[in-house]
Amino acid sequence: MILSVIVVLGSLVSVLVVILVRGAPALSVSMLTQSSTGGYYLGGAGGILNAIVGSAYLVSGATAIALVISLPTALYLNEYASRSKLASFARHSLDVLWSVPSIIYGVFGFTIMVYFGIRASLLGGIMALGMLELPIMIRAMDEVMRMIPLKLKESSYALGATKLETALNVVARQALPGITMGVLLAVGRAIGDAASVLFTAGYTDSIPRSLFDPVASLPLAVFFQLATPFPAVQQRAYASAFILLVMVLSLSVASRLLTRKATAYVIK
Amino acid sequence: MLSATILSSLVVIAIALVLLQKSTLILTTHSLSELLLSSSWHPSQNEFGFYPYIVGTLWVTGLAMAISTAPSLLMSIYLAEYAPARVRSIIKPMVDLLAGIPSVVYGLWALLLIVPLIRNQVAPLLGVTTTGYTVLAGGIVLAVMVTPITISVSEEVIRAVPRPIREASMALGATRWQTVKHAVIRSAFPGIIAAVILGFGRAFGETIAVLMVVGNVAKVPASIFDPAYPIPALIANNYGEMMSIPSYESAFMLAALLLLLIVLAFSIVAAVLLVGIKRRYAVG
Repeated sequence: MILSVIVVLGSLVSVLVVILVRGAPALSVSMLTQSSTGGYYLGGAGGILNAIVGSAYLVSGATAIALVISLPTALYLNEYASRSKLASFARHSLDVLWSVPSIIYGVFGFTIMVYFGIRASLLGGIMALGMLELPIMIRAMDEVMRMIPLKLKESSYALGATKLETALNVVARQALPGITMGVLLAVGRAIGDAASVLFTAGYTDSIPRSLFDPVASLPLAVFFQLATPFPAVQQRAYASAFILLVMVLSLSVASRLLTRKATAYVIK
Repeated sequence: MLSATILSSLVVIAIALVLLQKSTLILTTHSLSELLLSSSWHPSQNEFGFYPYIVGTLWVTGLAMAISTAPSLLMSIYLAEYAPARVRSIIKPMVDLLAGIPSVVYGLWALLLIVPLIRNQVAPLLGVTTTGYTVLAGGIVLAVMVTPITISVSEEVIRAVPRPIREASMALGATRWQTVKHAVIRSAFPGIIAAVILGFGRAFGETIAVLMVVGNVAKVPASIFDPAYPIPALIANNYGEMMSIPSYESAFMLAALLLLLIVLAFSIVAAVLLVGIKRRYAVG
């Protein structure tokens, strides 16, 4: 049994170490601050700023949309329709959505985009990533809201608050740590996901200036840099993977810290 | 709020319907047996035999589950039953961390470590020559990706087994291990199966990491040292040519639909098992 623990944790450490060791030497300031130039994938100058900024745009757009849909959904599921058929249908359907492979989001997003005539762009990527983040956020929020003691809500109603006021002021505030954790979990997943943005967001050397421009993303940057036959460019792929890993890890740590801070408003 | 809920619950149905509608073209022009059992894949001649891809997917996923199930279960038993609280509080976040690593990073790690390992160490040991881009590499990287999910779900399930069951077993004179094996695991069994099935479903659909190390050769693999071409990798590699041949796009939609249906079936079975466990142990 201890052996299995060693094997599993050992592989985690191995992943971190390999990427660190191969990625750090290739890292340089220019990688972080310059966009790709024309000859980048053939060994030319430039950096992956387009991918870093692109990923930031994609994920913030997707998170905004997913948040706008998921928070009301979670509140509705817990406050208004807890035992109704709609609630159980919604929960089951979201459970299924949670295990959908991300490439299917890409295929679906692509089909919708073709139907509406949108080209591979920031908008398409935001749609696909939003669909990816949705079930993760709703599930996390739902679990936290379910655990809120009934007494809290009853006291609020007893003071004359409406369902909406209770939902916004009591439930949402109490569930804030869980909501934060859910959002950051979803963001971490979305930053690293390549399969859903492969078809929908396209790839480009520049930073998008409108919703309809194609956009680069970090995972695809790693992927495409790796696919070149030049060792120098492959080195850069390792460095990009290093940056991606650092981003995801710091998000993980940040989510723990932020969750602890948000617990300040929670009534125990 | 109501509209938001309805919208979110309809997404998965919309996905399934769109994929179904787009697959009808190929389903009407080719028989199901030809699609599933034929090995000839020539889109320009309107031949779509999915057999090598299906077999490749099954090989890689099956290998991943074979590798990951035992260590995951052992580790979750250790975490739930034997680990002191401090050890558990260190290990659990590490497992969650493993779950959050992006799949390209896993693919890169496998490319840098596992593929050369197979090519230079493992294969010569068994007298086989291989490029390293094999079913084995895909299986190993998938196993590492699936392990955190299996561990966290089965650990929760094992912890959920009520104390009286353990206490009764110990009162009858059983050792710690006997208690775990005969009482706890037997009670948690449906939930453990559910955890494994959930992991299976995840392994089926994982695209990028596997694509990078599995070789992408459309032949039925003869051994784990042969390359394979799982269905998600097929979709990801060929999306650019989708639009030029009409049946091609439909074939991919069918592949995606197949993937969706399999994952759906797995998650439904797992959900049913988990609900059964919750109902059995619900207190009050």
